[in-house]
Amino acid sequence: MTETLKPKDAAQVLEAVKWAAGEGTPLEILGRGSKRGFGRAVEPGLGLDLSGLSGIGRYEPNELFMTAFAATPMAEIEAALRQNNQQMAFEPADLGPLFGGDEDRGSIGGAIACNLAGPRRVKVGAARDHFLGFSAVSGRGEVFKSGGTVVKNVTGFDLSKLLAGSFGTLAVMTEVTFKVLPAPEKTRTVLVLGLPDAAAAMTMARALGSAHEVSSAAHLPKAAAGRSQVSYVAGAGRAVTAIRVEGPGPSVEHRCRALKELLKGKGEIEELHSENSQALWREIRDATLLGSANGDPGGRQVWRLSVPPMAGPGAAEALARDLAGEALYDWGGGLVWLAIAARPDAGHEKVRAAVAAAGGHATLVRAADEVRARVPVFEPQAARLGQLTARIKQAFDPKGVLNPGRMYEGV
Amino acid sequence: MRMPEPDAGVIARRAEIVAAMRAIVPGEGVIADADELKAYDCDGLMAYKGLPLVVVLPETTRQVSRILKYCDANQIKIVPRGAGTGLSGGALPMADAITLGLGKFNRILEIDFDNRCVVAQPGVTNLAITKAVEHAGFYYAPDPSSQIACSIGGNVAENSGGVHSLKYGLTANNVLGLEMVLMDGEVVRLGGKHLDAGGYDLLGVLTGSEGLLGVITEVTVRSLQKPETARALLVGFPSNESAGNCVAAIIGAGIIPGGMEMMDKPAIHASENFVHAGYPLDVQALLIVELDGPEAEVDHLIGRVESIARQTGAAYIRVSQSDAERLVFWSGRKNAFPAVGRISPDYLCMDGTIPRHKLADVLKKISALSEHYGLRVANVFHAGDGNLHPLILFDANNPDELDKAEKFGADILRYCVKVGGVLTGEHGVGVEKRDLMGEMFTEDDMKQQQRLKCAFDPGQLMNPGKVYPTLHRCAELGRMYVHHGKLPFPDIPRF
Repeated sequence: MTETLKPKDAAQVLEAVKWAAGEGTPLEILGRGSKRGFGRAVEPGLGLDLSGLSGIGRYEPNELFMTAFAATPMAEIEAALRQNNQQMAFEPADLGPLFGGDEDRGSIGGAIACNLAGPRRVKVGAARDHFLGFSAVSGRGEVFKSGGTVVKNVTGFDLSKLLAGSFGTLAVMTEVTFKVLPAPEKTRTVLVLGLPDAAAAMTMARALGSAHEVSSAAHLPKAAAGRSQVSYVAGAGRAVTAIRVEGPGPSVEHRCRALKELLKGKGEIEELHSENSQALWREIRDATLLGSANGDPGGRQVWRLSVPPMAGPGAAEALARDLAGEALYDWGGGLVWLAIAARPDAGHEKVRAAVAAAGGHATLVRAADEVRARVPVFEPQAARLGQLTARIKQAFDPKGVLNPGRMYEGV
Repeated sequence: MRMPEPDAGVIARRAEIVAAMRAIVPGEGVIADADELKAYDCDGLMAYKGLPLVVVLPETTRQVSRILKYCDANQIKIVPRGAGTGLSGGALPMADAITLGLGKFNRILEIDFDNRCVVAQPGVTNLAITKAVEHAGFYYAPDPSSQIACSIGGNVAENSGGVHSLKYGLTANNVLGLEMVLMDGEVVRLGGKHLDAGGYDLLGVLTGSEGLLGVITEVTVRSLQKPETARALLVGFPSNESAGNCVAAIIGAGIIPGGMEMMDKPAIHASENFVHAGYPLDVQALLIVELDGPEAEVDHLIGRVESIARQTGAAYIRVSQSDAERLVFWSGRKNAFPAVGRISPDYLCMDGTIPRHKLADVLKKISALSEHYGLRVANVFHAGDGNLHPLILFDANNPDELDKAEKFGADILRYCVKVGGVLTGEHGVGVEKRDLMGEMFTEDDMKQQQRLKCAFDPGQLMNPGKVYPTLHRCAELGRMYVHHGKLPFPDIPRF
């Protein structure tokens, strides 16, 4: 039976980690617990539930930053931002539904620890690019901070980058500061219907390489498009390639027209306005078009591949064929969500071979615990890089008490 | 400026080290002649100088690897160097260290338009990357003032910014991949043409690491499509306060300009006298606001910014009517440093970042300090992202002026931190701000950063004496005292 510690402030987090380091007791770091199934499945340690460290500390809209305690719900942050017409531009995915949970249960600390990003990744970056500073407790049982509240800052090593995407294996963040930006006034999505995957990648490259400031480009093969709640998309009965433009009203209308002109002749063209656009991009962001864990009859396993955009379709089509799966493309083809029929080895050798050929990395996002215990969830590292990873872990958490093994065995 | 005591033992072995370097890098790639070494005695921070033990200019990753392996085995320090334009002394030579120059790594290796990226060797200049792709309408976004000369490898080491970083990000947001050589000679590749290298974000950590972690031998950067159009407004204000208010109001209105720069009166006058950009001379502060993007958007936003400027008390507004005129607006700002160089024998360029709303307050403080030290100052400012560049004017021939200028600079940076800002926005800590790190960080903060260095370079041979005020041995940093005992229950609620 796992027990859980629930500190109510940073001082108690420090106490808990000091104790765990002294005892050599592994801790499972939990923000809101919406992504517990993300990462390697390891013997659960003692839970360190940070939900007591919640709330927005400082929000200065004109300075474009917000500071919040680590387990502040994303929903709370998004609501506060909406009131000021601002947003987290990296639109972190809500992976709850993909893991069979409810929507909107994630925390800001969790989003940063997993370095989440959404469809706007191609234009504005991921959590790492918006994460300005933090206060944390290292596995050594010491409080340390890095960064600040200003965007332009090169003072010392950028430990914010290191902690973003470290899955709680280096330090327990207690407070985080991140950049916020104005929300776009208007959104339009240009849809091109019926493109095969490879042609879609070329079309997306054309759009992203144009001067029309496309903020995201995704391609939904027929099956994925059919699951959309947006009737224009589901009703197309074909693959749908989606190109998003955002910004001030007149600009968006102008660019939308220009894109339609640019893509004329590639396929039948439709246009979504703000509300439908938001719904569609949320579905793409959260990968729910592959079917949720609960609603998915086959309980399919889900991989996330990051590859050079033009290599996406080639890699994905071969894998979909070999592993009885289907793909969904974001980031102009550079992000492939691949759902495959569940197998004990999750087809990892085939996936890794395809990624190695294309250049990039693959993460097994959704699979049963026993699969994630056996199959490397994150891209295996070359020998020297693996050694560097282990040494960095040692530098932050020498007793190996923070989420040990969550990313790599022994780290 | 106190640097680590040179190792006399290493200096005594100089001939042997030079011979070993010549065995790795043939021809003119090893510079040992005292006259020739002078060309490498400082970087862009010319107040600090010294001769390196020897300069080595390798041409291949394999040579870099062999050099580092030799240095690691023989306990010889190295100072990596790009184009030598850095402004914080990050490439300051040391008498017992090899300066490893990457200038011969000067080729663009691949241009990939479909995947929107460029693969380049580290010695390629920032501007050369844009030049290589601009025929197809692309460019590389970060544009430090030194972009004609500075190298992309140096940009990565310093996480360089530029006037467009408000909208397009710093170097860190535009790098996709790296090849680097570790101190033990091992070659590691990070990222590539895809986004978010898996595992710990070492790509992010290397960016801005000031040559302390690894020697960069290849860089993959994003190339962006050039905005359809760009127009600029030149706006004069009767006070620094009103200019600061205008900056805040523009951001507050949800507008993120491509660039938003400010100059104070001394900077306006120096620039105008130098390049004759047509700047108004009867204002206290001048803003250049550039809007870029689709034409419809730029026209729309120019109108909005113009009305915000009027509401915040602008005394002078001019909107560029052609691209030529826009470039004239910029010419004064882009030449502000050399312009100031003309009115003073020497100057120190500071680089703090502050919260935007503290702008007027900080400028007032700087002006009070200027009087206190009896040294003139001109301010240029990346107003959009709060990055301040006070230029402190002094005469190095007057023995105590450098000392005064340094103290003045340190006081400015302390004040930046005090109002919620940071020591350096884009120039790096180097040696210049090293001893001020304690203003921002606790001992524990700095030790944790240094532990990261130990993971890369346990012998601390790579660029020692830079960035961190106190060198600790890695073994000492790694030591940990653990306290055994009962969990302090029930202080921590447990379920």
